Amino acid sequence: MKRSRLLPAVTWIYVVWSLLPVLIAIRFAFNEGRSRTTGQGFSLRWFWTDPTLSVRNDPTLASALEHSLVLAGLSMVIAVPLGTALALGLQRWRGRGSGVSNVLMLLPLVTPELVFAVGLFLLFTSAFGFIGLGTTAQVIGHVTFSLSWVVLIVRGRLVMIGRDVEEAAADLGAPPWHVLRRVLLPLLGPALAASLLTVFALSIDDFVVAQYMASGADTTTVPMRIYASARAAPTPALNALVTIMLVLSLAALALAWVLGRGRPVEPRA
Amino acid sequence: MRRWALFAAPGMAWLAAFFLVAFYAVVAVGFGNVTDVYDPVPHWNPLEWNVGYMLQALEDIAPGGRTWPVFVRTLLYVAIAVALSLAIGYPVAYYVSRYAHGRMKALLLILLAAPFWISYLMRMFAWTNLLADGGYAATVLNALSLDALLLDGEDWLGGQHVAVVMGLVYGYVPYLILPLYASLDRIDERLIEAARDLGASSAGAFRRVVLPLSRAGTLGGIVLIALPMFGDYYTPDLMSGSPRTAMLGNTINNSVQGGPDKALGAALTLLLSAFLLVFMLYYLRELRRENAL
Repeated sequence: MKRSRLLPAVTWIYVVWSLLPVLIAIRFAFNEGRSRTTGQGFSLRWFWTDPTLSVRNDPTLASALEHSLVLAGLSMVIAVPLGTALALGLQRWRGRGSGVSNVLMLLPLVTPELVFAVGLFLLFTSAFGFIGLGTTAQVIGHVTFSLSWVVLIVRGRLVMIGRDVEEAAADLGAPPWHVLRRVLLPLLGPALAASLLTVFALSIDDFVVAQYMASGADTTTVPMRIYASARAAPTPALNALVTIMLVLSLAALALAWVLGRGRPVEPRA
Repeated sequence: MRRWALFAAPGMAWLAAFFLVAFYAVVAVGFGNVTDVYDPVPHWNPLEWNVGYMLQALEDIAPGGRTWPVFVRTLLYVAIAVALSLAIGYPVAYYVSRYAHGRMKALLLILLAAPFWISYLMRMFAWTNLLADGGYAATVLNALSLDALLLDGEDWLGGQHVAVVMGLVYGYVPYLILPLYASLDRIDERLIEAARDLGASSAGAFRRVVLPLSRAGTLGGIVLIALPMFGDYYTPDLMSGSPRTAMLGNTINNSVQGGPDKALGAALTLLLSAFLLVFMLYYLRELRRENAL
């Protein structure tokens, strides 16, 4: 059959095409020379040794990396508890307003990021001027668009768990607070791990909201750094920066895999 | 039960404050006014709305207006990029769901999900390395004389439609493949076998069984990638940077972030949202169905 040859060929060509450019960009990070378009020997110059231009010694690169991680950390710490409570509430609460709340919870997922970013930007420069732009605004932005993901992941798990175990615990005399803390939260473990990982990935990947909420050089993230200098004759230090970022993302993924032993959830656009 | 509503309260308050009110801020600025130095003055009260900027935005985006060419270009870019993404993504998803098995399938699924763990900007940046003067891809494409065929000029990154559309496809196709895969993988193999037993050719079974059953997943995937493409400004900026390839996202971004026309930018953002409303509602419905909400 003709199709049985064509389809695997298309698939493997696609896979190579989708990943090879990134692998080549990583290869250039180890260049000895300044070129980002051809391979030139191997060195750690752009990571570590170059006295002014390496990721270690160029303050703009090092601080972008640090700021990206700070934003991701803060977003995880806020979005996961907030989203978990929201998921529990929405899953169990059936009353006036619950339908509208369900739709509101999904709206950030279907709204183009630019529309959301413009809105938050105009809000923080007008009525919510007391918050203003900067790190706080960036964290709020990331939490807002991550929240729906956390809710979907946790609710999926709640449906799987069912209510039997909780009812059993209550029948045996556990007060509601204990049921939540000793029964429900441990059972939600894998979903919480997947949520943390997803929020991390969404925050690290985000460019639009971070850029709109930024207030200056010290609020620059890695994607913003890439955007600002990709076309402005950068050195392979930028490649080194994206390489470090990628390694960190993969490390987070591996960590979640080991800790959760569950299947990680891929974030969608 | 009341208790559960209390659990939902902080999250709902957060979304109300930072999502709903934020969207209303676009409305208030779009129907607002500006100071002498062009700082926007939002009009929160609908009774005080000023429709001037909205009329200006409508005039700009209507045929003959100054944003009209950008709007048409955006539609063309998105349509071509979505069509190409489908042409690439459907066969890939189909192969992985039906013909790949065991370890090979697991490996392919990991490779298909890999782009999710590489930031979008990083993936675009990789192409600027390849398409720059003397870059590997530019060298190969020029050796094949594709520059003469596809380019207007010589520089792959100097305002070329091809480069921007390729960038969009490269950026968004992974997001299309996974929902496509999910819907194709759900199709019961026995339905296809039944069609063949009843005399359908292999192509006939595909056309009359697989295609209709994957319709919802395909439409969902298209909406999933078309929505962010309509708000994209960074792909054209990185792959070209020229006004020749500007999309609607660039126009909005330029007026809101840089220029003095924040009110006009807000009005344009509202028009874009209105234009995308059908897609958003469709996607919302799919999400509710998928997650049984």
